[in-house]
Amino acid sequence: MEALDIFTSASLWGAVLRIATPLIFGTLGALICERSGVLNLGIEGIMTLGAMVAWMTVYQGADLWTGLFVAAVCGGMFGLLHAFLTVPLGLSQHVTGLGITLFASSLTYYIYRLALPVSSSPPTIEPFQPLAIPGLSDIPFIGEALFSQTAPTYLAIFAIVVTAYVFTRTPLGLAIRMTGENPHAVEAQGLNPVRIRIGTIVVGSALMAMGGAFLTTATFNSFFPTMVQGRGWVCIALVVFASWRPGKALLGALLFALFDAYQLRLQHVIDNAIPYQLFLMVPYVLSIVALVIMSRRARVPQALMAPYRKGER
Amino acid sequence: MRLERRDNTPLVLMIAAPVVAVVIALALSGVLIALAGVNPLDAYYEMVKGAFGSRLSISETLTRTTPLILTGLAAAVAFRARLWNIGGEGQLYLGALVAAWLGHSLASVVPGPLAIVIILLAGMVAGALLLLGPVILRIRLGVDEVVTTLILNFIVLLFVSMMIEGPLKDPLAFGWPQSVPVDREVLLPKLLERSRLHIGLLVAIFAAVVVWVVQSRTVFGMETKAAGLNPKAASFAGIKLGKTLLAVACISGGLAGLAGAIEVTGLKGYVTLDLSPGYGYSGIVVAMLAGLNPIGVVITAVFVAIVFVGADSMSRALGVPSFIADVIVSISLLTMLVCLLFTSYRVRR
Amino acid sequence: MTLEPVLELTNITKRFGDLVANDSISLSLGKGELLALLGENGAGKTTLMNILFGHYTADTGDVRAFGQLLPPGKPRAAIEAGIGMVHQHFTLAGNLSVLDNIMIGTEGLGHLRTARREAETKLKTLSERFGLQVNPNAFVSELSVGERQRVEILKALYRDARVLILDEPTAVLTRIEADQLFETLRDMTASGLSVIFISHKLGEVMAASNRVVILRGGRTVAERQTAKTDRAELAELMVGRRVVRPVRTDQEPGRDILTAKNVSVLEGGRKILDTIGFRVRAGEILGIIGVSGNGQAALGQLTSGLLAADSGTLSYDGHETKGFSPHMLVRAGTGRIPEDRNTEGAVGEMAIWENSVLERIRESRFSGNGFVKRAACRNYADELIERFDIRGATPDTGTRQLSGGNMQKMILGRNLASSPNLIIANQPTRGLDEGAIAAVHGELLEARKAGAAVLLISEDLDEVLALSDTIQAIFKGRLSAAVPAAQAESRAIGLMMAGIWEGENAA
Repeated sequence: MEALDIFTSASLWGAVLRIATPLIFGTLGALICERSGVLNLGIEGIMTLGAMVAWMTVYQGADLWTGLFVAAVCGGMFGLLHAFLTVPLGLSQHVTGLGITLFASSLTYYIYRLALPVSSSPPTIEPFQPLAIPGLSDIPFIGEALFSQTAPTYLAIFAIVVTAYVFTRTPLGLAIRMTGENPHAVEAQGLNPVRIRIGTIVVGSALMAMGGAFLTTATFNSFFPTMVQGRGWVCIALVVFASWRPGKALLGALLFALFDAYQLRLQHVIDNAIPYQLFLMVPYVLSIVALVIMSRRARVPQALMAPYRKGER
Repeated sequence: MRLERRDNTPLVLMIAAPVVAVVIALALSGVLIALAGVNPLDAYYEMVKGAFGSRLSISETLTRTTPLILTGLAAAVAFRARLWNIGGEGQLYLGALVAAWLGHSLASVVPGPLAIVIILLAGMVAGALLLLGPVILRIRLGVDEVVTTLILNFIVLLFVSMMIEGPLKDPLAFGWPQSVPVDREVLLPKLLERSRLHIGLLVAIFAAVVVWVVQSRTVFGMETKAAGLNPKAASFAGIKLGKTLLAVACISGGLAGLAGAIEVTGLKGYVTLDLSPGYGYSGIVVAMLAGLNPIGVVITAVFVAIVFVGADSMSRALGVPSFIADVIVSISLLTMLVCLLFTSYRVRR
Repeated sequence: MTLEPVLELTNITKRFGDLVANDSISLSLGKGELLALLGENGAGKTTLMNILFGHYTADTGDVRAFGQLLPPGKPRAAIEAGIGMVHQHFTLAGNLSVLDNIMIGTEGLGHLRTARREAETKLKTLSERFGLQVNPNAFVSELSVGERQRVEILKALYRDARVLILDEPTAVLTRIEADQLFETLRDMTASGLSVIFISHKLGEVMAASNRVVILRGGRTVAERQTAKTDRAELAELMVGRRVVRPVRTDQEPGRDILTAKNVSVLEGGRKILDTIGFRVRAGEILGIIGVSGNGQAALGQLTSGLLAADSGTLSYDGHETKGFSPHMLVRAGTGRIPEDRNTEGAVGEMAIWENSVLERIRESRFSGNGFVKRAACRNYADELIERFDIRGATPDTGTRQLSGGNMQKMILGRNLASSPNLIIANQPTRGLDEGAIAAVHGELLEARKAGAAVLLISEDLDEVLALSDTIQAIFKGRLSAAVPAAQAESRAIGLMMAGIWEGENAA
């Protein structure tokens, strides 16, 4: 197989959506938080936590959807912690977010070790199976590429659509956007920006945890430490790349997944001529490139990272 | 209830803040230890014993303290200038890699002591250069350095992996991904016989004193402080923000790179992918607990080292997963942030 | 009182730490009344209105609207009771449209769809009825300051406000815009709305209000029917004592110190300063008058060494250049008073001694071999505190603890202590009370007498008329020709501030 032939294989395009799913959830989660003005660097830890919690829940006998749900709830709880520290207390969003990441991931590893004291190879679970959409999945090529995904992938895309609708078409969306632009304006109109921020952080963090959960319930079938591998940070970069818009976030996640899927296959084609680490670097390098390209163009929420304290300007 | 800024912070509060933060963190972590079926007080007793119980354990704790002081200083210096360098881990690894490479090849060319100085300086330069990239991106294009430095950690780790499986691979390591070893000539002298403790500790403490003097007594220290606290007022006063930030980046990245170079020449002798158990990230906690004070960093680095060394031996004795150390340290960071808030604000009805 | 009361505040007290911002204030507003709340900066006007609107919670006292008690600390309740507030610093989001800014908070957050079209219709009706034209779909960032204020007023009207509170509404308006605003407000009161406006400008209070309540030091000191009082009485009530502002005496100017010829400064392709020219001579004060946001910030930065000219030339004491640097200016003996003392003038978290020497720390008297001579710096700060009467301060006091007036004295002091030959004073008395203003004016006139050239950039017409030898108006980044103060009369200057000067219309 030649390097360019990879693009014509349906399995590549199927893999793109699969690889993109955790990024879609994570980017959307981070985007929702930032739209209300709060940077959530807890994402890496929350994704790790979500991955473990979902896997553990299923491993203990619950079904996959319950696993996903429990992961979302746990993610939301860590979101609440981040929200409490950064919104009413107004602590530095940078340092608090890192603290949340360190806390969530160390707690995850601790509980994981507690539950499974010694195990050389982590036990696996029965993952989500592809859900072929009747009719559409029979279309040659496109069917295999787009319509034979697992259910959470469809859910991720649905979540993008819902978020885009909420932002542009509902009073709630306007309130969230306004909170990210000028919380004083929100308060002056009788709404409570503190509550709005807390709400978005909780929801955003739940989505991040679902992104992590996808890794264990659909991609790898088991949990192992450091499995999130900086995906959270990539999501943070993707939010900038997407100029804080849900639709573009989907596009960005897909683009990244495409590069990732392509480099995986290219490794096999090229064999050992180029060190595999160079391929693995690609997504990280791309994130930085994306940040650089978009840095001047992006329309940043004006109150991003500015703590809001009532009666203080 | 609301928060009101204090006019000034009593010294008592500044000292009490980290103590209270740590006590709360230990109490919360105690719940998790109890979850493992172990009495938290027993566990903490074992940890203290593990960190201080013998000559060996004390030397181990201090050996661990060394890189933590340096990465802690790296974070403290940067954060004080509002430069969010989260890339300490990557800078440490790059410093380590350069040290291993030079340490392997340099001893045959230059005499030992001079070689050591060159190696340590080269490690610093490597760390500094790595941080300059993100800082230039921030100054020129406004790219948030938090994300870039974080992502660079992953890139550097892959790069190190590539080098130690490739050009710098140790052919005698039975296929393990491990770098070539440094020459015996350039290993740092031991501080204590029959232990792993080396003079790197003194280098780190010396670095802390130098940083303190620079920050509190020099023109450069005053200007970076002003630039960090209020960039607009600083540039009105004629301080060049970009230049200041670049200088701070060199110091911060250099300190983290030095940590890596010292780990290689003082302790390990070669680079592997588990050279650092997250020293770069723990350094952030060390710095925050110290309230970004360089002398405080020395003390809080000892604390964090105690937690890690103690947790290892406590884990062996009582079966509580040693990850509890990371939990304690990370909760301390969060509780410290809250305590710091109350040193500068008071609660009003 | 004959009017039916729509709003009653009773015994409102509010403390911030040791400061009593409002000391048992009572106030009532009648239907259809246009009430002025007059007071100096720091008299407690804004605090009182923020309590009324629910931004702050009072320590004691209560607020009634239309007879109903308002729950404290709830802006929503105030809005629902029919109170609308236009803040001095607009609460708008520039990245959102006018309609978005107006609709926020008007619909239940649970609604699945916003009724944009209906809202747009209602907005159009309102703007026609009150003569407040805006484009509902324009981004707020594209609007002029006057238009933004219209949006703020419409925001309140859209929510059916029957009582309107405006905090220093004319601070950012030209005289013409201000007249229009009061016209609109009078129409509103005629149709049954009630209005309170906060001000410290006697002229507009006299011209526009029915009744005046005067606040001083957090208390109500007097209340007058506007028709039965005069400027002099109000001035004395507001300040509480006779503060005599120092008076300029004639003197001959010396040589040229700072000149600008055809200077333009670009920002993102737009000219923020447009081929300006001016000349300041030794022993002379040049006053640049203009409404906020017409390029004063850029002019201040240009002359303070933070910006360089894209075309044209500056010359300082005969040396021509495109731009200065702060270091170069300080070395050459320029005193620079920045527009915003809190964000540019001082680092609040640093001690007074550090802020006193920050811009000249590299001078050999304050440092050597890269080390700070701390004792020398502290002594210097001590001298400043003594000589410029900075109250409540030691060299080690945190700068944030100073009051606005004392912080400004510190900034003035560190500039004047080394007898500058040029002073750039950008809004030197903004936000200060009458006593502090007199002190600052005194120092500037003293420096002029000693032969310094002073470039005074100000939005306060009285200040510019009182201090300047020569006046130029700034409008949309352009400067008018210089008018000698002796020939300046306030009406002509008012027109110049709106861009209308000598047979030419800059607008």
